[in-house]
Amino acid sequence: MSELTLGTPLPAIRVQRTPRVWRVGPLLAVTFLLLVVIAAIVPQLFASSDPLAIVPRDAFHPPSWAHWFGTDQSGRDIFSRVIYGTRQSLFIGLAATAIAMSIAIVLGLLGGLGGARIDRGVGWLLEVLFAFPSLILALLFVAIFGSGIGPLIIATGLGGAPGYARMVRGQVLAVRNAGYIESAKALGHPPLRIIIRQLLPNAMRPLIVTLTMGVGQAIVWASALSFLGLGARPPAPEWGTMLSMGRDFIANAWWLTFFPGLFIVLTTLSTTVAGRYLQQRLEGRLS
Amino acid sequence: MSEQKRLIVEGLSIEFAGQSVVRNLSFTLEPGKTLALVGESGSGKSVTARSLIGLAGEGARVTARTLSYAGQDLLSLSERGWRDLRGKDIGFVLQDALVSLDPLRPVGKEILEVLETHRWGDRQSRGERVIELLETVGVPEPQLRARQRPDQLSGGLRQRALIASALALNPGLVIADEPTTALDATVQAQILEVLQQIKARGDSLLIISHDLAVVAQLADEVLVLRHGEVVEQGPMEQVLRTPRHAYTRSLLDAVPAEHARGTRLSPEQGGKAVTERPGADSPVLLKASGLGKRYVGPDQQVRQVVDGVGFELRAGRTLGIVGESGSGKTTVARIALGLLEPDAGSVQFLDVPWSAAGDGRVAEKSRRLHRRDISVIYQDPLSSFDPRWSVGQILADALDVAGIPFEQQRARIAQLLHQVRLPAELSTRRPLQLSGGQRQRVAIARAIASNPKVIICDEPVSALDVSVQAQVLDLLADLQASLGLAYLFISHDLGVIRHVSDEVLVMRHGKVVENASVESLFDNPQHEYTRRLLGAVPRLPGADTQLVVPPLEPESAVLLFDESRLWKIAI
Repeated sequence: MSELTLGTPLPAIRVQRTPRVWRVGPLLAVTFLLLVVIAAIVPQLFASSDPLAIVPRDAFHPPSWAHWFGTDQSGRDIFSRVIYGTRQSLFIGLAATAIAMSIAIVLGLLGGLGGARIDRGVGWLLEVLFAFPSLILALLFVAIFGSGIGPLIIATGLGGAPGYARMVRGQVLAVRNAGYIESAKALGHPPLRIIIRQLLPNAMRPLIVTLTMGVGQAIVWASALSFLGLGARPPAPEWGTMLSMGRDFIANAWWLTFFPGLFIVLTTLSTTVAGRYLQQRLEGRLS
Repeated sequence: MSEQKRLIVEGLSIEFAGQSVVRNLSFTLEPGKTLALVGESGSGKSVTARSLIGLAGEGARVTARTLSYAGQDLLSLSERGWRDLRGKDIGFVLQDALVSLDPLRPVGKEILEVLETHRWGDRQSRGERVIELLETVGVPEPQLRARQRPDQLSGGLRQRALIASALALNPGLVIADEPTTALDATVQAQILEVLQQIKARGDSLLIISHDLAVVAQLADEVLVLRHGEVVEQGPMEQVLRTPRHAYTRSLLDAVPAEHARGTRLSPEQGGKAVTERPGADSPVLLKASGLGKRYVGPDQQVRQVVDGVGFELRAGRTLGIVGESGSGKTTVARIALGLLEPDAGSVQFLDVPWSAAGDGRVAEKSRRLHRRDISVIYQDPLSSFDPRWSVGQILADALDVAGIPFEQQRARIAQLLHQVRLPAELSTRRPLQLSGGQRQRVAIARAIASNPKVIICDEPVSALDVSVQAQVLDLLADLQASLGLAYLFISHDLGVIRHVSDEVLVMRHGKVVENASVESLFDNPQHEYTRRLLGAVPRLPGADTQLVVPPLEPESAVLLFDESRLWKIAI
C-alpha cells in the first residue's frame, strides 16, 4: 500500500479562476489619473493661488511650505501653474486622441469594408502619412494655421492617426468574418446597424487599451510641440511651455523644469500602467 | 516477456486543488487486449489516461494503491523516469492531430524526433524507420508525405502520422484519447482499422471515447466513467448488450442511429413518440435547382465545390444533407441562407426568387424582408454570438428584427428560454459562462425568435456529447412538431441524419450522388458511395431489433476496406 504524489510541471488541464486582486501599480496609476482629472475640472480644489499672478519679489523661491514647487522667474507659484496646466494638457491629450481615432475609424472602415480598390487607396494614403515625420507634419500645420492650441491639437491628432487607422483596419478585417456578423446578416439586420452595433464595438474593443496609452503619448507630443514654441503661448500654464521657459534657468532653479516634467512623466506612465491593466482584464474576460 | 507487459491500476484517485476528479479506479490491462474508458466530457477519462504517462497536469495529486506497468512501479517514477517511459513503453495518441503536431515541421521530422530522443538506431536506420512507420499506419506515398507539414495533409493522414509517432518505438501499450472524434465516417473507419492492427500485433490498447459505437469496434473490456467514478465495468459485449446501470443505458439510448425517427433519445421524457409530421405533399418552402459554386484556390486552381445541386424542402419536414468534409454541404447551406451568391442555378423561397446566379440576382435589400422566415443554427454557437452580449441581449437583438417592440421583449425572451428548456435566470449570463449544450439551446432560441418557417441547421450537434446531443435533437423534434418548422439539416453523422430526416441528400465532391426518402436510402442505398458511407459507420453490438435497416451484405460493406473485418458486425 503505497500512497505517493506525482507532481509534474506541465500545463494544467483545468484553468483556475484567479481572484481579482488590485495590484499596487494599477491602483496608484488609476488614483493618480483620477486626481489629474479632478484637477483639470476644478483646479481651485488643489491650488489656492492664481497661476498667472505675477509677484516679482517672490521670484525664484525654491520649494517651501508656502510654495510647494517653488516659484518661477516672475514669482508665479509653480504648483498652481502645474495644477492649472493639467486642464490644458489633458484636454490636448484627449482631443488629439479623439481626432486621431475619428480619422482612424473612417480610414479603417473604408479600408476594411470598402473593397480591394478603396483598401489599396487607403493603404497608400496611410503609407504617405507614415513616411512624413510627425514633427514635420505638425510644423507644416503650424506654418499654415499659426501656432496655438487648435492647430496643436490637430497636428498631434493627425500624427497619431495612421497608426490607429492600421489597427482599426486590421480589426475590421478580422471582425467582419466573425460568426456573429454572419449570423446578424442572416437574422436580417441592415448593414449600417451591423456596423454600428456589432462590427465597430467589437473591432474597437482591443483598441481601448491602445487609446488609453495613446492619451499619454499625445500629452508628450503636445508638450514637445509647446516646448518648441509651436503650441500654447508663454504665460499660459501649459506643461510643455513651462518646461521651455524654465530651460534658461535650469542651472540655478531646477524646480522650474523639474515639476512640470515630473507631471508629464507621471501622467504618461499612469496611462500606460492603467492601459496594461485594462488589457489584462479584458483579455481575461474574453478567453 | 510480453506476458509481463501488464498495466495494473488499483484504487487510482486524482485530485486538483483538493477537488476530486477521479475516485478509486481499478483495472488491469493484459497484453494484446483493449480497454475502453467511456464517458462524457468532464467524466475524468482523459485525466486518467494522462496520469498513466505522468502528465496529469500541474497541481494534480495522483494517488493509487498500485499503478504499475510491466512490473515497474509508476508511482515512484521521477520526471526523468517518466520521460524514458513515454514513447518507448507507452505511446500516446492525442485527439486533435492538427493541434498536437508542430505546424511548422514536416510530419516525418516529428516521428524522427521520437526516435532521436530515445536514441533509437543510427541516422540511416531512423530515416528508414520513419518511412516504415508511415507505411504501417497506411499512409500512401510515405516518402512524399514525410516531407509535408500537417496543414498539407488531410485530417485522416494527420491522425495516422500522429499514430505513427506513437508507435515509433514499438511501445507495448498505446493510449489513444478520442482518436477518431471529428473525423469523417470513412476516415474514422480507416483509423479504427489502424488501431485494430495495433491490437493484432499483441500490444495493449487503452482507448478513450465518448462514442460507444467506436468502442464496440475495438474494446475487449469497457469501463464507464461518470463524474470521476466507475459506473460500470466489464466485457464489452456484456456492457453494451446488457447494461446494468441506468447511466450506461442512457448513453446507449442516446445513440441516434439506433433509434427510429420519432422516438426520444434522452431519458427525461421517456421514449414516447413525437406527433405525426406533415406528409410529402405539404407545400414546398425552399426550392433549389442546379446550384453551382466555384472557388479559386491559392494554387490558382478552380474548384467546383457545388455542382448541380437541387432540392425541395417542404413545410414541417426535414431534409437531411449528408456528406464528408469538403463535400460542399456547408456551401449549399450558405447559398440556401442567401449569404453566398451561387455561380449557377437558383433558390426560390415560397415561389419567389431568393437567390440566383447571373441575371436573376436578388438584391440583399429585397431578401432582408424575408430573412426572418429563414433562420440558422451553427455547429459552433459560441462564435455566432457577439462576445459582448448576454443571452438576453442576443435574443433581444433577434427580436428587434422580428419587429417585437421593446416593451414586449422581456416577456418574449422568458418565453423563448422556456421553449428551449433553459431557466430564465440565464438571460443575464454571457455565452462563455454556459455549457456547450446550453449555448446550442440559446442558438435555437435565437433561431425561433422571429417565428421562422425554415431553420437551416449546419452540423448543430456535432460538437456535443452523446447525451447532450440527444437532448438537443429531442428539442429540435419537439419544436418542429409544435411550431411546424421545416429543417434543412446538415451533418456528417449518418446516425443523426437518419434519426432526423424525412428525405436525404447524399453529397460528394459537390454533387448530389443520391436523393431519396430516409427509409429507402438506408434500406436500399442505390449509389455505391452511399453504401460505402453506410458501411463505414461503426455500430453497436446487438443493435435494436426494431431497426428498419437490415444489415448490409458483407459484399457491399467491404467495397473499400476488403482487407478489414471491421464491418462484419453481427446485428
